[in-house]
Amino acid sequence: MSGLSVEGLSVTYSTGTQAVVDASFAVAPGEIVSILGPSGSGKSSLLGAIVGILPIAAGRVSWDGEDLTRIPVHQRGFGLVFQDGQLFPHRTVAGNIAYGLEVARVPRRERLERVNALLAMVSLAGFGARSIGELSGGERQRVALARSLAPRPRLIALDEPFSSLDTELRGRLARDVRDVLHASGTAALLVTHDAAEAHAVSSRIVRIREGRVTP
Amino acid sequence: MHGSTRAAAWGLLAAAPVTFMAAFFGWPLGAILARGLAGTDAADAWDVLSAPWTVSAIATTAQLAVLGTAGSLALGIPTAHALYRVRWRGRRVARAVVTVPFVLPTVVVAAAFGALFARSGPLGLLHLDQSILVIVLALVFFNVSVVARIVGSAWAATDPSTAIAARTLGASRWRAWRDVTAPALAPATMAAGAVVFLFCSASFGIVLVLGGGRVNTVETQIYLQVGQFLDLHAAAVLALVQVVFVAVAFALSSIAGRRGALARGGREIDGSRAARRSDLMLTGPVLGITLLLVLAPMLALIERSLRTGTGHGLDHYRALVTLPARAVLPVSVAQAAANSFVTAAIATVVAAGLATLVAVAVTRGPRWIGWIDAFTMAPLGVSAVVIGLGMLLTLNRSVVGVDLRQSWWIVPIAQAVVALPFAIRILVPAMRGIEPRLRAAAASLGASPLRTWRTVDAPLLRGSIALAVGFCAAIALGEFGATSFVARPDRPTLPTAIARLLGRPGLDNVGMGFAAAVVLAVLTGAVLVTAEGLRTRVRAA
Repeated sequence: MSGLSVEGLSVTYSTGTQAVVDASFAVAPGEIVSILGPSGSGKSSLLGAIVGILPIAAGRVSWDGEDLTRIPVHQRGFGLVFQDGQLFPHRTVAGNIAYGLEVARVPRRERLERVNALLAMVSLAGFGARSIGELSGGERQRVALARSLAPRPRLIALDEPFSSLDTELRGRLARDVRDVLHASGTAALLVTHDAAEAHAVSSRIVRIREGRVTP
Repeated sequence: MHGSTRAAAWGLLAAAPVTFMAAFFGWPLGAILARGLAGTDAADAWDVLSAPWTVSAIATTAQLAVLGTAGSLALGIPTAHALYRVRWRGRRVARAVVTVPFVLPTVVVAAAFGALFARSGPLGLLHLDQSILVIVLALVFFNVSVVARIVGSAWAATDPSTAIAARTLGASRWRAWRDVTAPALAPATMAAGAVVFLFCSASFGIVLVLGGGRVNTVETQIYLQVGQFLDLHAAAVLALVQVVFVAVAFALSSIAGRRGALARGGREIDGSRAARRSDLMLTGPVLGITLLLVLAPMLALIERSLRTGTGHGLDHYRALVTLPARAVLPVSVAQAAANSFVTAAIATVVAAGLATLVAVAVTRGPRWIGWIDAFTMAPLGVSAVVIGLGMLLTLNRSVVGVDLRQSWWIVPIAQAVVALPFAIRILVPAMRGIEPRLRAAAASLGASPLRTWRTVDAPLLRGSIALAVGFCAAIALGEFGATSFVARPDRPTLPTAIARLLGRPGLDNVGMGFAAAVVLAVLTGAVLVTAEGLRTRVRAA
């Protein structure tokens, strides 16, 4: 089976509360899927467990049939975009985007080319030397998207990436993100509480309520 | 990684600071307990406790702590208003001036007040030399900035609209202050008072130098028992008294501190406002007194260090490279300064290194490792004099063929024990302050945990580490309480040399003491300014 496969996944908080119970679904390579649910429904926990930043209580996460459940975050090859970007404050825009390429030991020339291509892709050509503090909220999210796309992840996880932006900007950025993801052919999992946003960006929707995936 | 190997890795990381603290803090403290309680028999301990000089030392300690705290609060609260609540040109400079005393080593503070109130000093006519009042003033000098900073930040974060609401309901300005503003400031005031009480009850260097043997606290009595009467048993009993005294102050301080933290919470507010004419009438004069209290002793110290038999000149500074008269010191002050440099450098490396390990373990390790935080913070709850005495008692022997008394490295170790809690208190909040999702972002981009530490944590912590290193160096350079017990007479540090020079007769020696105090103040200031500069440069980058 190709792409992401989640089988019987459960996440339990350290307090003992069950955040996600027995979730199963799949994402094909290049497909964009939304996880839609109200706040507190466990959708962010589900995403965190898939990416590997939250421990899994039970179940299995795999890619192309390879079990990733015991593989640490940095070896899973899944990108992650947070609600508020979480850009490195001590690096420039280009430095942020280049981070994953540096980790992967991509040669300098190739790195520069890739950073410039990504900056153009998210409509921020020429912004490379800026510091993070100079960016607006929308620009930050574009840089965060470019940063996580840079090392060519197999799948990119977006955790409410537009919710800190105002309505108009949100709609425009959602369309841009869809186009960027389609252009790069990356599979994506978008967590959102906004049904319109889910419909605008993704081709399929997985609904979650009180920790359970509903058909 | 498997659970058990993970636990072992964290245990290994915590082992260095825990072993260090057990050997150089736990063991010495245990030695004091053993010596004070067991020793000969319990009646002996009671004899020491009921001796008139003990009772008077306890009373003096309590008196100084209460008066010092009251004075610091009385002067510090209006100063907090003038420096934090209202905005005016020159506020930054005034804040910096008021902060200076807190970073000065205790012997420098003592030297400055000595210079101001000595018979030959500007205020010599008052005949307050070697009186309780001068010591209280020195304590207030030292602590007014603590009150101003703690209460001031709370004041600046108080929402002014609550007081305005009270005014619209018919309250007068004074009434609104009493009913709305003062209660909002109460937790911060209590926290500040408790911290200052703690500092005042462990102010050995100030009392020893300014009291001149006429005013004695529990700490100076410990010093006398060791240095003059060679009665280690009595010293140990007194050390236990000091431990109880400081422990009570420390407990009060942490309770008050926790309340203060609880009361704060909520959103960040800028409650400062432009200064008004009425401020000049109300808090302006108090700020004037504070600035005078801060500046007068420092100016007196500088003047005194330049005064010679025939006028003013650099004679005393030139004499720093020569051997003092009457064999007060076996080496020159310059040599003592060199000793201080070496010991402070070692103490800084040890303290900052261990503090980093503790901070990493506490902020990133499993929950069970949290206790090492409290364990390594313990020296804060015990005065430096007790640490010094404990080291003297434990190390007064040879261990596996090494005669520890002959080993000069005890001095930097003692200074590292004293500095460690301060470094930890700088680093732990800084590490907690790093957004954990930044690390998750780095990991999702393929960075291993070690690489994440190197490329995310370390660059973001560089400023705080610089500050912690600067603080450790400044504390070690000026450390007097513990050092005076463990420094060998033939290898004095700058602070112990200053205390000796000021404590012995001979006009030239005293002049040298004042000059040496100015040098120590400048060195300490330079270290802190450099650290602060590094910190802000990193932040700006």
